[in-house]
Amino acid sequence: MSETKDKSLLSGREYIGVDKIEGALVFVSKTHPVGYRELIECIDREGNPRLGIVLESSTNFVVAQIFEGTSGLTLPGTRIRFSGKPLMISISKDMLGRVFNGLGQPIDGGPAQRSDIELNVNGMAINPTAREYPRDFIQTGISVIDGMNTLIRGQKLPIFSGNGLPHNELAAQIARQAKIRGTNTEFAVVFAAMGVKHDIAQFFIRSFEESGVLENVALFLSLADDPSIERLITPRTALTLAEYLAFHEDMHVLVILTDMTNYCESLREISTIRGEIPSRKGYPGYLYSDLAELYERSGMIKGYQGSITLLPILTMPNDDISHPVPDLTGYITEGQIVFEREMDGRGIYPPIAGLPSLSRLMKDGIGEGMTRDDHPHLASQLFAAYSYVKDVRNLASVIGEEELTPLDHNYLEFGKEFEQRFVSQLKDEERSIEQTLDLGWEVLRTLPVEELHRITDEEIEKYYGR
Amino acid sequence: MIMNERIIGQVKRINGPVIEVMGITDAEMFELVWVGREHLIGELIKLDKDSAVIQVYEDTTGIAPYDPVYGAGMQLSVELGPGMVGTIYDGIQRPLETIREISDIYIQRGISVPSLNRGKKWHFVPTVKEGDTVFGGMVLGTVRETENVLHKILVPPKDHGILESLVSEGDYTVEDVIAVLRMKDSQQKTLFLMQRWPIRVQRPTKKRLAMDIPLITGQRVIDTLFPVAKGGTVCIPGGFGTGKTMTQQALAKWCDADIIIYIGCGERGNEITDVLTEFPKLVDPRSGRSLMERTILIANTSNMPVSAREASIYTGITMAEYFRDQGYHVAVMADSTSRWAEALRELSGRMEEMPAEEGFPAYLPTRVAEFYERAGSMETLSSDQGSVTIIGAVSPPGGDFSEPVTQHTKRFIRCFWALDRNLANARHYPAISWLESYSEYLGDIESWWSEQVGQEWLADRTEIMELLHKEVRLQQVVKLVGPDALPDSQRFVLEVCTLFKNAFLQQNAYDKIDTFSTIQKQAKMLHIIVTYSRRGSEAIRKGATLIKLRKMKVYQDIAKMKFTIHNEDLSGLDKIEARLERSMDQLEALHV
Ligand SMILES: Nc1ncnc2c1ncn2[C@@H]1O[C@H](COP(=O)(O)OP(=O)(O)O)[C@@H](O)[C@H]1O
Ligand SMILES: [Mg+2]
Repeated sequence: MSETKDKSLLSGREYIGVDKIEGALVFVSKTHPVGYRELIECIDREGNPRLGIVLESSTNFVVAQIFEGTSGLTLPGTRIRFSGKPLMISISKDMLGRVFNGLGQPIDGGPAQRSDIELNVNGMAINPTAREYPRDFIQTGISVIDGMNTLIRGQKLPIFSGNGLPHNELAAQIARQAKIRGTNTEFAVVFAAMGVKHDIAQFFIRSFEESGVLENVALFLSLADDPSIERLITPRTALTLAEYLAFHEDMHVLVILTDMTNYCESLREISTIRGEIPSRKGYPGYLYSDLAELYERSGMIKGYQGSITLLPILTMPNDDISHPVPDLTGYITEGQIVFEREMDGRGIYPPIAGLPSLSRLMKDGIGEGMTRDDHPHLASQLFAAYSYVKDVRNLASVIGEEELTPLDHNYLEFGKEFEQRFVSQLKDEERSIEQTLDLGWEVLRTLPVEELHRITDEEIEKYYGR
Repeated sequence: MIMNERIIGQVKRINGPVIEVMGITDAEMFELVWVGREHLIGELIKLDKDSAVIQVYEDTTGIAPYDPVYGAGMQLSVELGPGMVGTIYDGIQRPLETIREISDIYIQRGISVPSLNRGKKWHFVPTVKEGDTVFGGMVLGTVRETENVLHKILVPPKDHGILESLVSEGDYTVEDVIAVLRMKDSQQKTLFLMQRWPIRVQRPTKKRLAMDIPLITGQRVIDTLFPVAKGGTVCIPGGFGTGKTMTQQALAKWCDADIIIYIGCGERGNEITDVLTEFPKLVDPRSGRSLMERTILIANTSNMPVSAREASIYTGITMAEYFRDQGYHVAVMADSTSRWAEALRELSGRMEEMPAEEGFPAYLPTRVAEFYERAGSMETLSSDQGSVTIIGAVSPPGGDFSEPVTQHTKRFIRCFWALDRNLANARHYPAISWLESYSEYLGDIESWWSEQVGQEWLADRTEIMELLHKEVRLQQVVKLVGPDALPDSQRFVLEVCTLFKNAFLQQNAYDKIDTFSTIQKQAKMLHIIVTYSRRGSEAIRKGATLIKLRKMKVYQDIAKMKFTIHNEDLSGLDKIEARLERSMDQLEALHV
């Protein structure tokens, strides 16, 4: 074949037999010119089609990855059909209230999805000039988030957790309680589960049910016993629906992705089979770009009503925040909510570590006219004081509490109050931002006024002295 | 300005952004190419007999073997001329605002738009005349591009000859012929308001000059402790959330360069949007004009194709050199160079090259060196002076500075602003570590500072640095035996350091007053704290107690002076200083 044939004529052509199967990859030779990232159907001996996409194409052979896995495929008995187009899914607003697998096929027994709108699951890069900088404060009712790591509509804010920590509870609580005060716009939740167990999916479904929002939720489940490769497409499918709801249906969409560590592991698996040169801990060098392609799909767009707020959950292997998965995530997302096992052990819920947690978008969403005038300085002072508490505790553990100065004793007291009254709250407790800020001042009063370097004299007058 | 598009080969293999091409007949290294019927933009990066490797700057989905590859007959280049300032480009200099008009909110593939507006007319004022002999780099005339920027139209670096014709003052587009040059070989060459330059080639200058003037950033920890010279090179390494972007943006806002080139390389889309919404509203303290009128943005965000990330650094630095050649001081912020290095790694991996450390190609250090070499303070071809300062952020995995990109960068820069995770966690911003950071420019620029703010500056700075290092040793003692074991004189050192950190080093980028400090304010603030330290230790020697010193009313004034004293009126600082001296006099009087 020496010249480009019209690709559409050749698409749909079927090949019988493949050359090699390795993990989730199949290798086919002597095909027509196949497009990179083209959608394929891989048909097993029973005639069941499995979807896949082309990872590499050349004049000699094609490598494709099969989302539903390759188990049971044989070399001579497998047929491959090339579609000539990328992976598209059919999207509509009716998907809300339904349950799908990672490829967007219904698994709730309901009818198949019918819609004229077909979208490429990979999405496209948003032009930065089209973005609207997110500024709207979302009240989650959780003090340590609202007060110190404020969530903003259109933000991507992950939860860095560990096995056995209450990240699901927190995500569900946020989904239940999140509101923009003084507005009443349509909202939706898109939930994608990758490699988690059935009971976790059930936990979320129950929680949505109890709060009566299930018909506003679309679930994409690729659970622990589903083929691991399906996880790679699941968040893309979910985000494609989210984009449609946000930018065509003007909805405010909260996307929960859990557990991103499982997603990354599937990516590593494919990369290893392909013999790619790994970077850290065997993860491929493009893990950063791959995650960014997902996370950057969140945000707000000028001239559009809707928004995508992204709440990915990941478990840090060995609680290690420098592990490539949390590390690269932190480089992409707009802050992070970090869980601390030690706080959980002391019975504090939510066990959110004060210092490593951060919301990068909070600066433009808090203060006068948005939350309250004292918010920025109060938050900054709480951080500063709490960080000194950590130093004092370290010191106390060496020299003993008795040896501490009176001022340091004040700080220990502050630390206790802060953790037990400000951070700690019930799983269904919803505090208004005013309650949160007032509570912040209350715990600050354990410190002498000279210590409040980050607060103006007027604020001290107005709030501290009360 | 016509490009000779021709078919140079056919696609053989597609592996992400890397495409192997077969059947190459004529093609040149780094040639600009287009792939497939969508005309995806790419660059030829390897030639081997009749095959080649190209990297494609757009998503290659759908590209298939045997698709045609077209060559442009020229290297991947940038367009240089009026219209760049205030514009936001992608990594290969496509104007993103224009792309948005064509393809709405998403960046579609295969869009081809000129970098410089073809229709817009610029008012050109010639400064030479017909018959003059001109040479590369010489100024032909000027265009007032923005209120801030007088764009000098230069003869392209390699050209030289007699001006056969030159247009008179008037309005011209970038494609109108403004001059005809008769070259040595009696060939004619037409000149325009714009010129092209290949991004991977350094623009020539006459020679390197000494770097003895600081780039003033308005950030106290930088200007006072770890200053960078105009033309210098800086590395800002730091884990996520430690303040790389904030520091880069603070510099882009407040530093005293004439032109700012801000390269968002593989970072967040919203950060670019932030700059785009904020900068036009901010006023340049020096010119009183919008900050956008001296800024060029290059945005290749993390979700845009990886290969364009690799190119964006070169696109930016080439633009910087062009303004330097006009005699301007240009500051380039690259956030983050690690993403550029990772793009190199990914492309190298896909080309199946032998990896060196952590999968990076063996040529990583060479590339890093080449990039930072393009900084400098230069005598331009027209004997003017200009400079390019490079401030590169580095994002080390796990915040560990021993990784290859930080280590190799360190070899080629002279100023190191190490961001510290513990400081960032304590919300001590900028989280620039005073122990790990350094500047090799201090010796070169100290006389400039002394001329500007007086001789005592250097002594004050030295004194405070000594105290900061002394504090480390004292803290070690405290950690073992508690603060009570130290005599008051030593506890006072801790006290001074705490004050210095809170009142001077910490600088809140979101506070209207604190976001920027003039050198006069910095020098004065430093002097007040050093005076507190000197007079305080003296008082303690004479028997005053630590409590007394801390309870001085003036202490609170010092602690909050950064927020209360405006740059425009420093008389408040003189008052604080006078009050400090008086309070100390009174305290000492009790103990004579
Ligand atoms: N100078 C500063 N003033 C106030 N806040 C700062 C400053 N520097 C950093 N921050 C805070 O730290 C956060 C992270 O900073 P950023 O520059 O985005 O980090 P990086 O680029 O290193 O990931 C910001 O969102 C902001 O809240
Ligand atoms: Mg950053």
